[in-house]
Amino acid sequence: MREINVACVRDAVSEMCIRINHVLSEDMQCALKNAVACEKSELGKQILSQLEENLVVAEEEMIPICQDTGMAVIFMEIGQDVHFTDGNLEDAINEGVRKGYVEGFLRKSVVDDPLIRNNTKDNTPAVIHYSVVPGNKVKITISPKGFGSENMSRVFMLKPADGIEGVKNAILTAVKDAGPNACPPMVIGVGIGGTFEKCALMAKHVLTREAGKHSDIEYVKELETEMLKKINELGIGPAGLGGNVTALAVNIETYPTHIAGLPVAINICCHVNRHISREI
Amino acid sequence: MIKHINVPLNKEEYSKLEAGDYVYLTGIIYSARDAAHKRMQQCLDNNEELPFDIKDQIIYYMGPSPAREGKVIGSAGPTTAGRMDKYTPKLLDLGLGAMIGKGKRSADVMNAIVRNGSVYFAAVGGAGALLSKAIVGSEVVAYDDLGTEAVRKLEVKDFPVIVVADSKGNCLYK
Ligand code: SF4
Repeated sequence: MREINVACVRDAVSEMCIRINHVLSEDMQCALKNAVACEKSELGKQILSQLEENLVVAEEEMIPICQDTGMAVIFMEIGQDVHFTDGNLEDAINEGVRKGYVEGFLRKSVVDDPLIRNNTKDNTPAVIHYSVVPGNKVKITISPKGFGSENMSRVFMLKPADGIEGVKNAILTAVKDAGPNACPPMVIGVGIGGTFEKCALMAKHVLTREAGKHSDIEYVKELETEMLKKINELGIGPAGLGGNVTALAVNIETYPTHIAGLPVAINICCHVNRHISREI
Repeated sequence: MIKHINVPLNKEEYSKLEAGDYVYLTGIIYSARDAAHKRMQQCLDNNEELPFDIKDQIIYYMGPSPAREGKVIGSAGPTTAGRMDKYTPKLLDLGLGAMIGKGKRSADVMNAIVRNGSVYFAAVGGAGALLSKAIVGSEVVAYDDLGTEAVRKLEVKDFPVIVVADSKGNCLYK
Protein backbone atom coordinates (compact mmCIF):
# COMPACT_ATOMS: atom_id res chain seq x y z
CA MET A 1 0.00 0.00 0.00
CA ARG A 2 1.37 3.39 -0.99
CA GLU A 3 0.22 6.48 0.82
CA ILE A 4 -0.37 9.69 -1.13
CA ASN A 5 -1.24 12.94 0.56
CA VAL A 6 -4.22 14.53 -1.18
CA ALA A 7 -2.34 17.85 -1.14
CA CYS A 8 -0.08 16.38 -3.86
CA VAL A 9 -3.14 15.82 -6.01
CA ARG A 10 -4.44 19.32 -5.30
CA ASP A 11 -1.17 20.96 -6.29
CA ALA A 12 -0.78 18.88 -9.43
CA VAL A 13 -4.33 19.70 -10.53
CA SER A 14 -3.83 23.40 -9.95
CA GLU A 15 -0.58 23.55 -11.91
CA MET A 16 -1.95 21.46 -14.75
CA CYS A 17 -5.06 23.65 -15.12
CA ILE A 18 -2.89 26.73 -15.50
CA ARG A 19 -0.35 25.14 -17.81
CA ILE A 20 -2.78 23.57 -20.27
CA ASN A 21 -4.80 26.75 -20.68
CA HIS A 22 -1.69 28.59 -21.81
CA VAL A 23 0.36 25.97 -23.65
CA LEU A 24 -1.13 23.30 -25.89
CA SER A 25 0.45 19.85 -25.86
CA GLU A 26 3.01 19.21 -28.57
CA ASP A 27 0.78 16.89 -30.61
CA MET A 28 -1.82 19.64 -31.00
CA GLN A 29 0.78 22.25 -31.89
CA CYS A 30 2.14 19.88 -34.51
CA ALA A 31 -1.33 19.18 -35.90
CA LEU A 32 -1.94 22.89 -36.31
CA LYS A 33 1.39 23.39 -38.04
CA ASN A 34 0.56 20.61 -40.51
CA ALA A 35 -2.84 22.19 -41.09
CA VAL A 36 -1.28 25.47 -42.23
CA ALA A 37 0.73 23.55 -44.82
CA CYS A 38 -2.30 21.56 -46.03
CA GLU A 39 -4.89 24.34 -46.26
CA LYS A 40 -5.53 25.50 -49.82
CA SER A 41 -7.86 28.44 -49.19
CA GLU A 42 -6.04 31.75 -48.77
CA LEU A 43 -8.37 32.98 -46.04
CA GLY A 44 -8.20 29.57 -44.38
CA LYS A 45 -4.41 29.69 -44.37
CA GLN A 46 -4.49 33.18 -42.92
CA ILE A 47 -6.82 32.07 -40.11
CA LEU A 48 -4.66 29.06 -39.30
CA SER A 49 -1.58 31.27 -39.14
CA GLN A 50 -3.46 33.51 -36.70
CA LEU A 51 -4.16 30.46 -34.58
CA GLU A 52 -0.46 29.60 -34.58
CA GLU A 53 0.43 33.16 -33.66
CA ASN A 54 -2.21 33.01 -30.94
CA LEU A 55 -0.41 30.05 -29.37
CA VAL A 56 2.85 31.99 -29.31
CA VAL A 57 1.25 35.05 -27.70
CA ALA A 58 -0.55 32.87 -25.16
CA GLU A 59 2.60 31.15 -24.00
CA GLU A 60 4.88 34.17 -24.04
CA GLU A 61 2.51 36.58 -22.34
CA MET A 62 0.61 34.09 -20.23
CA ILE A 63 -2.77 34.98 -21.70
CA PRO A 64 -5.09 31.96 -21.97
CA ILE A 65 -5.16 30.47 -25.50
CA CYS A 66 -8.93 30.90 -25.47
CA GLN A 67 -11.05 32.98 -23.11
CA ASP A 68 -13.24 29.94 -22.57
CA THR A 69 -10.90 28.12 -20.25
CA GLY A 70 -13.54 25.46 -20.00
CA MET A 71 -15.17 23.30 -17.42
CA ALA A 72 -12.42 21.12 -15.95
CA VAL A 73 -12.92 17.50 -16.98
CA ILE A 74 -10.62 15.26 -14.97
CA PHE A 75 -9.84 11.59 -15.44
CA MET A 76 -8.35 9.93 -12.36
CA GLU A 77 -6.75 6.54 -12.87
CA ILE A 78 -6.05 5.32 -9.39
CA GLY A 79 -3.83 2.34 -8.67
CA GLN A 80 -5.62 -0.11 -6.37
CA ASP A 81 -2.65 -0.14 -4.00
CA VAL A 82 -2.92 3.56 -3.27
CA HIS A 83 -4.26 4.98 -0.03
CA PHE A 84 -5.03 8.71 0.06
CA THR A 85 -4.30 10.52 3.32
CA ASP A 86 -4.99 13.87 4.95
CA GLY A 87 -8.37 14.57 3.45
CA ASN A 88 -11.03 13.78 0.96
CA LEU A 89 -9.77 13.15 -2.58
CA GLU A 90 -12.66 14.81 -4.36
CA ASP A 91 -12.37 17.94 -2.22
CA ALA A 92 -8.64 18.09 -3.00
CA ILE A 93 -9.27 17.84 -6.73
CA ASN A 94 -11.82 20.66 -6.60
CA GLU A 95 -9.50 22.69 -4.40
CA GLY A 96 -6.84 22.29 -7.09
CA VAL A 97 -9.26 23.51 -9.75
CA ARG A 98 -10.24 26.48 -7.57
CA LYS A 99 -6.60 27.38 -6.94
CA GLY A 100 -5.63 26.99 -10.59
CA TYR A 101 -8.50 29.03 -11.97
CA VAL A 102 -8.30 31.79 -9.38
CA GLU A 103 -4.52 32.15 -9.16
CA GLY A 104 -3.99 31.49 -12.87
CA PHE A 105 -6.36 34.26 -14.05
CA LEU A 106 -8.51 31.70 -15.84
CA ARG A 107 -12.14 32.38 -16.63
CA LYS A 108 -14.76 31.14 -14.21
CA SER A 109 -17.38 29.57 -16.43
CA VAL A 110 -19.30 27.26 -14.10
CA VAL A 111 -22.79 27.91 -12.72
CA ASP A 112 -24.03 26.21 -9.56
CA ASP A 113 -27.26 24.91 -11.01
CA PRO A 114 -28.23 24.34 -14.65
CA LEU A 115 -31.44 26.34 -14.31
CA ILE A 116 -30.83 28.78 -11.46
CA ARG A 117 -27.40 29.63 -12.94
CA ASN A 118 -25.33 31.50 -10.39
CA ASN A 119 -21.62 31.56 -11.24
CA THR A 120 -19.63 29.67 -8.59
CA LYS A 121 -16.80 32.18 -9.18
CA ASP A 122 -14.00 29.63 -8.92
CA ASN A 123 -14.85 27.25 -11.79
CA THR A 124 -15.72 24.41 -9.42
CA PRO A 125 -16.96 21.78 -9.37
CA ALA A 126 -14.95 19.82 -11.92
CA VAL A 127 -16.43 16.85 -13.76
CA ILE A 128 -14.42 13.92 -12.42
CA HIS A 129 -14.24 10.39 -13.80
CA TYR A 130 -12.53 7.78 -11.62
CA SER A 131 -11.21 4.43 -12.61
CA VAL A 132 -9.31 1.91 -10.55
CA VAL A 133 -6.33 0.30 -12.21
CA PRO A 134 -3.60 -2.12 -11.09
CA GLY A 135 -0.52 -0.73 -9.36
CA ASN A 136 0.34 1.99 -6.87
CA LYS A 137 0.39 5.09 -9.05
CA VAL A 138 -2.14 7.79 -9.77
CA LYS A 139 -2.53 9.22 -13.25
CA ILE A 140 -4.31 12.53 -13.55
CA THR A 141 -5.52 13.71 -16.96
CA ILE A 142 -7.13 17.12 -17.29
CA SER A 143 -8.96 18.41 -20.33
CA PRO A 144 -10.69 21.74 -19.80
CA LYS A 145 -13.63 21.69 -22.20
CA GLY A 146 -14.99 24.75 -23.95
CA PHE A 147 -18.69 24.79 -24.63
CA GLY A 148 -18.81 26.27 -28.13
CA SER A 149 -17.84 22.83 -29.33
CA GLU A 150 -19.33 20.85 -26.42
CA ASN A 151 -22.78 22.17 -27.31
CA MET A 152 -22.48 20.64 -30.78
CA SER A 153 -21.82 17.12 -29.49
CA ARG A 154 -24.31 14.32 -30.08
CA VAL A 155 -25.36 10.84 -29.02
CA PHE A 156 -27.10 8.57 -31.54
CA MET A 157 -28.71 5.31 -30.44
CA LEU A 158 -28.40 3.50 -33.78
CA LYS A 159 -29.77 0.09 -34.63
CA PRO A 160 -27.37 -2.82 -35.25
CA ALA A 161 -28.69 -2.90 -38.84
CA ASP A 162 -27.41 0.66 -39.38
CA GLY A 163 -23.89 -0.77 -39.22
CA ILE A 164 -20.75 1.10 -40.11
CA GLU A 165 -22.53 3.27 -42.69
CA GLY A 166 -24.86 4.47 -39.94
CA VAL A 167 -21.85 5.35 -37.80
CA LYS A 168 -20.22 7.30 -40.62
CA ASN A 169 -23.45 9.19 -41.23
CA ALA A 170 -23.80 10.03 -37.57
CA ILE A 171 -20.29 11.47 -37.45
CA LEU A 172 -20.74 13.53 -40.61
CA THR A 173 -24.11 14.81 -39.44
CA ALA A 174 -22.67 15.99 -36.13
CA VAL A 175 -19.72 17.70 -37.79
CA LYS A 176 -21.87 19.37 -40.45
CA ASP A 177 -24.27 20.68 -37.83
CA ALA A 178 -21.38 21.92 -35.71
CA GLY A 179 -19.95 23.91 -38.62
CA PRO A 180 -18.55 27.30 -37.66
CA ASN A 181 -19.96 27.15 -34.11
CA ALA A 182 -17.35 24.68 -32.90
CA CYS A 183 -14.31 26.77 -33.86
CA PRO A 184 -12.96 24.57 -36.63
CA PRO A 185 -10.51 23.03 -37.30
CA MET A 186 -11.97 20.57 -34.84
CA VAL A 187 -10.86 17.38 -33.16
CA ILE A 188 -13.57 14.73 -33.21
CA GLY A 189 -13.89 12.21 -30.39
CA VAL A 190 -16.11 9.22 -31.18
CA GLY A 191 -17.30 6.48 -28.84
CA ILE A 192 -18.94 3.44 -30.43
CA GLY A 193 -20.64 0.70 -28.41
CA GLY A 194 -21.24 0.23 -24.70
CA THR A 195 -24.36 1.90 -23.36
CA PHE A 196 -25.81 5.40 -23.59
CA GLU A 197 -23.38 6.88 -21.06
CA LYS A 198 -20.43 4.63 -21.88
CA CYS A 199 -20.21 5.79 -25.49
CA ALA A 200 -20.35 9.44 -24.41
CA LEU A 201 -17.58 8.87 -21.88
CA MET A 202 -15.43 7.14 -24.48
CA ALA A 203 -15.98 10.00 -26.92
CA LYS A 204 -14.80 12.44 -24.27
CA HIS A 205 -11.86 10.35 -23.13
CA VAL A 206 -10.55 9.65 -26.62
CA LEU A 207 -10.16 13.40 -27.20
CA THR A 208 -7.22 13.19 -24.80
CA ARG A 209 -5.41 10.78 -27.11
CA GLU A 210 -2.40 12.28 -28.89
CA ALA A 211 -3.46 13.86 -32.16
CA GLY A 212 -1.99 11.81 -35.00
CA LYS A 213 -2.05 8.56 -33.04
CA HIS A 214 -4.49 5.90 -34.17
CA SER A 215 -6.50 3.11 -32.62
CA ASP A 216 -4.76 -0.28 -32.33
CA ILE A 217 -7.74 -1.99 -33.92
CA GLU A 218 -7.17 -2.17 -37.66
CA TYR A 219 -10.69 -1.40 -38.87
CA VAL A 220 -11.06 1.44 -36.36
CA LYS A 221 -7.80 2.94 -37.55
CA GLU A 222 -9.09 2.79 -41.14
CA LEU A 223 -12.35 4.37 -40.07
CA GLU A 224 -10.46 7.21 -38.38
CA THR A 225 -8.48 7.89 -41.52
CA GLU A 226 -11.51 7.67 -43.78
CA MET A 227 -13.62 9.95 -41.59
CA LEU A 228 -10.90 12.58 -41.34
CA LYS A 229 -10.75 12.66 -45.13
CA LYS A 230 -14.55 12.80 -45.50
CA ILE A 231 -14.86 15.56 -42.89
CA ASN A 232 -12.23 17.62 -44.62
CA GLU A 233 -14.11 17.20 -47.89
CA LEU A 234 -17.12 18.94 -46.32
CA GLY A 235 -15.41 22.25 -47.03
CA ILE A 236 -16.30 23.89 -43.69
CA GLY A 237 -12.69 25.00 -43.25
CA PRO A 238 -10.90 27.09 -40.62
CA ALA A 239 -13.38 29.24 -38.63
CA GLY A 240 -16.11 27.81 -40.88
CA LEU A 241 -15.18 30.20 -43.66
CA GLY A 242 -14.36 27.53 -46.22
CA GLY A 243 -11.33 25.36 -46.83
CA ASN A 244 -10.07 21.82 -46.79
CA VAL A 245 -8.97 21.67 -43.16
CA THR A 246 -12.11 21.15 -41.09
CA ALA A 247 -10.72 18.62 -38.62
CA LEU A 248 -7.25 17.95 -37.28
CA ALA A 249 -7.96 14.44 -36.04
CA VAL A 250 -10.71 11.87 -35.63
CA ASN A 251 -10.17 9.66 -32.58
CA ILE A 252 -12.41 6.64 -32.10
CA GLU A 253 -12.79 4.28 -29.15
CA THR A 254 -14.98 1.17 -29.12
CA TYR A 255 -16.46 -1.13 -26.47
CA PRO A 256 -18.62 -4.25 -26.45
CA THR A 257 -22.32 -3.54 -26.59
CA HIS A 258 -25.75 -5.18 -26.32
CA ILE A 259 -27.24 -7.45 -29.01
CA ALA A 260 -29.96 -4.86 -29.60
CA GLY A 261 -27.88 -1.70 -29.84
CA LEU A 262 -25.28 0.41 -31.58
CA PRO A 263 -24.72 3.55 -29.51
CA VAL A 264 -22.52 6.24 -31.06
CA ALA A 265 -21.39 9.43 -29.35
CA ILE A 266 -19.59 12.27 -31.06
CA ASN A 267 -17.82 14.70 -28.77
CA ILE A 268 -16.77 17.70 -30.79
CA CYS A 269 -13.74 19.65 -29.70
CA CYS A 270 -12.25 22.79 -31.19
CA HIS A 271 -8.65 23.32 -32.22
CA VAL A 272 -7.98 24.31 -28.60
CA ASN A 273 -8.09 20.64 -27.63
CA ARG A 274 -6.41 20.88 -24.25
CA HIS A 275 -5.20 17.72 -22.58
CA ILE A 276 -2.45 17.15 -20.07
CA SER A 277 -1.51 14.11 -17.97
CA ARG A 278 0.69 13.58 -14.98
CA GLU A 279 1.58 10.53 -12.94
CA ILE A 280 2.10 10.70 -9.21
CA MET B 1 -11.62 43.62 -49.54
CA ILE B 2 -9.54 44.89 -46.65
CA LYS B 3 -11.03 47.92 -44.91
CA HIS B 4 -10.07 49.99 -41.89
CA ILE B 5 -13.04 51.62 -40.22
CA ASN B 6 -13.75 53.73 -37.19
CA VAL B 7 -16.64 52.52 -35.08
CA PRO B 8 -19.39 53.02 -34.27
CA LEU B 9 -20.64 53.80 -37.78
CA ASN B 10 -24.14 54.78 -38.78
CA LYS B 11 -26.56 52.39 -40.45
CA GLU B 12 -25.93 53.75 -43.89
CA GLU B 13 -22.24 52.93 -43.58
CA TYR B 14 -22.76 49.51 -42.01
CA SER B 15 -24.95 48.57 -44.94
CA LYS B 16 -22.12 49.32 -47.36
CA LEU B 17 -20.02 46.47 -45.91
CA GLU B 18 -20.13 43.24 -47.86
CA ALA B 19 -19.87 39.60 -46.87
CA GLY B 20 -16.22 38.60 -47.23
CA ASP B 21 -14.79 42.01 -46.35
CA TYR B 22 -11.86 41.75 -43.97
CA VAL B 23 -12.27 44.68 -41.63
CA TYR B 24 -10.09 46.26 -38.94
CA LEU B 25 -12.21 48.07 -36.36
CA THR B 26 -10.93 51.02 -34.36
CA GLY B 27 -13.04 52.76 -31.75
CA ILE B 28 -15.65 51.65 -29.23
CA ILE B 29 -17.53 48.34 -29.03
CA TYR B 30 -19.50 46.73 -26.17
CA SER B 31 -19.23 43.18 -24.89
CA ALA B 32 -22.36 41.30 -23.87
CA ARG B 33 -23.21 37.61 -23.86
CA ASP B 34 -25.92 35.27 -22.59
CA ALA B 35 -26.66 36.59 -19.10
CA ALA B 36 -26.35 40.27 -20.11
CA HIS B 37 -28.73 39.71 -23.02
CA LYS B 38 -31.22 38.08 -20.71
CA ARG B 39 -31.11 41.09 -18.41
CA MET B 40 -31.39 43.55 -21.29
CA GLN B 41 -34.48 41.70 -22.47
CA GLN B 42 -35.92 41.97 -18.96
CA CYS B 43 -35.27 45.74 -19.09
CA LEU B 44 -37.20 45.98 -22.32
CA ASP B 45 -40.04 43.82 -20.97
CA ASN B 46 -40.35 46.17 -17.99
CA ASN B 47 -40.11 49.31 -20.13
CA GLU B 48 -36.86 50.26 -18.45
CA GLU B 49 -33.85 51.82 -20.13
CA LEU B 50 -31.06 49.62 -21.41
CA PRO B 51 -27.75 49.99 -19.52
CA PHE B 52 -26.18 51.70 -22.53
CA ASP B 53 -27.51 53.41 -25.64
CA ILE B 54 -27.36 50.70 -28.28
CA LYS B 55 -28.04 53.01 -31.22
CA ASP B 56 -25.51 52.25 -33.98
CA GLN B 57 -23.26 50.45 -31.48
CA ILE B 58 -21.56 47.11 -31.98
CA ILE B 59 -22.10 44.29 -29.51
CA TYR B 60 -19.26 41.79 -29.21
CA TYR B 61 -20.39 38.40 -27.91
CA MET B 62 -17.51 37.82 -25.56
CA GLY B 63 -16.73 37.08 -21.93
CA PRO B 64 -13.03 37.62 -21.22
CA SER B 65 -10.72 35.80 -18.86
CA PRO B 66 -9.50 38.04 -16.01
CA ALA B 67 -6.76 40.56 -16.78
CA ARG B 68 -3.33 39.97 -15.29
CA GLU B 69 -1.71 42.92 -13.56
CA GLY B 70 -0.73 45.62 -16.01
CA LYS B 71 -2.99 44.24 -18.74
CA VAL B 72 -6.23 45.78 -20.01
CA ILE B 73 -8.05 42.47 -20.38
CA GLY B 74 -7.42 38.73 -20.46
CA SER B 75 -8.07 36.40 -23.36
CA ALA B 76 -10.95 37.88 -25.37
CA GLY B 77 -12.21 35.89 -28.36
CA PRO B 78 -15.78 35.54 -29.63
CA THR B 79 -18.41 33.18 -28.27
CA THR B 80 -21.11 31.40 -30.28
CA ALA B 81 -23.57 34.01 -31.52
CA GLY B 82 -26.50 31.65 -32.02
CA ARG B 83 -27.26 31.62 -28.30
CA MET B 84 -28.16 35.30 -28.52
CA ASP B 85 -30.52 34.80 -31.50
CA LYS B 86 -33.59 34.91 -29.32
CA TYR B 87 -32.78 38.47 -28.21
CA THR B 88 -31.11 39.93 -31.30
CA PRO B 89 -33.95 40.88 -33.72
CA LYS B 90 -35.51 43.13 -31.10
CA LEU B 91 -32.18 44.86 -30.39
CA LEU B 92 -31.56 45.40 -34.09
CA ASP B 93 -35.05 46.85 -34.53
CA LEU B 94 -34.26 49.21 -31.64
CA GLY B 95 -31.18 50.51 -33.42
CA LEU B 96 -28.28 48.19 -32.60
CA GLY B 97 -25.70 48.69 -35.35
CA ALA B 98 -23.82 45.42 -35.67
CA MET B 99 -22.61 42.31 -33.88
CA ILE B 100 -19.36 40.38 -33.59
CA GLY B 101 -19.39 36.68 -32.75
CA LYS B 102 -18.83 33.31 -34.32
CA GLY B 103 -21.15 30.76 -35.86
CA LYS B 104 -24.49 30.64 -37.61
CA ARG B 105 -27.47 32.90 -36.92
CA SER B 106 -31.17 32.08 -37.13
CA ALA B 107 -33.37 33.08 -40.07
CA ASP B 108 -35.04 35.66 -37.80
CA VAL B 109 -31.68 37.32 -37.12
CA MET B 110 -30.68 37.22 -40.79
CA ASN B 111 -33.97 38.91 -41.72
CA ALA B 112 -33.49 41.52 -39.02
CA ILE B 113 -29.99 42.26 -40.35
CA VAL B 114 -31.40 42.91 -43.83
CA ARG B 115 -34.40 44.85 -42.52
CA ASN B 116 -32.17 47.16 -40.51
CA GLY B 117 -29.20 47.52 -42.84
CA SER B 118 -27.01 45.93 -40.21
CA VAL B 119 -24.07 43.56 -40.40
CA TYR B 120 -22.76 40.48 -38.56
CA PHE B 121 -19.01 40.13 -38.18
CA ALA B 122 -17.06 37.06 -37.15
CA ALA B 123 -13.85 37.17 -35.18
CA VAL B 124 -11.68 34.05 -35.22
CA GLY B 125 -12.84 31.67 -32.50
CA GLY B 126 -10.11 30.37 -30.25
CA ALA B 127 -7.70 33.23 -30.91
CA GLY B 128 -8.49 35.04 -27.68
CA ALA B 129 -4.90 35.78 -26.69
CA LEU B 130 -4.12 37.37 -30.04
CA LEU B 131 -7.41 39.30 -30.19
CA SER B 132 -6.84 40.69 -26.70
CA LYS B 133 -3.87 42.62 -28.09
CA ALA B 134 -6.25 44.72 -30.20
CA ILE B 135 -8.22 45.78 -27.12
CA VAL B 136 -6.62 48.85 -25.59
CA GLY B 137 -9.25 49.86 -23.04
CA SER B 138 -11.92 48.04 -21.03
CA GLU B 139 -14.42 49.30 -18.50
CA VAL B 140 -17.39 47.50 -16.97
CA VAL B 141 -20.47 49.62 -17.62
CA ALA B 142 -23.24 47.32 -16.40
CA TYR B 143 -24.03 44.11 -14.52
CA ASP B 144 -20.71 43.96 -12.69
CA ASP B 145 -22.11 41.11 -10.59
CA LEU B 146 -22.12 38.89 -13.67
CA GLY B 147 -18.32 38.67 -13.64
CA THR B 148 -17.10 37.66 -17.07
CA GLU B 149 -20.62 38.19 -18.41
CA ALA B 150 -20.78 41.87 -17.40
CA VAL B 151 -21.23 44.50 -20.12
CA ARG B 152 -17.90 46.09 -20.97
CA LYS B 153 -17.16 49.17 -23.00
CA LEU B 154 -14.10 48.25 -25.01
CA GLU B 155 -11.71 50.48 -26.86
CA VAL B 156 -10.28 48.60 -29.83
CA LYS B 157 -7.51 49.36 -32.23
CA ASP B 158 -7.38 47.51 -35.55
CA PHE B 159 -9.52 44.70 -34.20
CA PRO B 160 -9.70 42.09 -37.01
CA VAL B 161 -13.12 40.79 -38.10
CA ILE B 162 -14.69 39.35 -41.24
CA VAL B 163 -18.11 40.34 -42.53
CA VAL B 164 -20.09 37.09 -42.48
CA ALA B 165 -23.62 38.38 -43.08
CA ASP B 166 -24.35 41.66 -44.81
CA SER B 167 -27.40 43.88 -45.30
CA LYS B 168 -28.12 42.38 -48.71
CA GLY B 169 -28.71 38.98 -47.19
CA ASN B 170 -25.39 37.44 -48.25
CA CYS B 171 -23.82 34.99 -45.82
CA LEU B 172 -20.37 33.41 -45.95
CA TYR B 173 -21.33 30.30 -43.98
CA LYS B 174 -22.79 27.52 -46.08
S1 SF4 C 1 -15.06 26.19 -28.93
FE1 SF4 C 1 -12.93 26.07 -28.21
S2 SF4 C 1 -11.81 27.65 -29.32
FE2 SF4 C 1 -13.99 28.05 -29.55
S3 SF4 C 1 -14.45 29.52 -27.94
FE3 SF4 C 1 -14.91 27.49 -27.12
S4 SF4 C 1 -13.02 26.79 -26.12
FE4 SF4 C 1 -12.51 28.54 -27.41
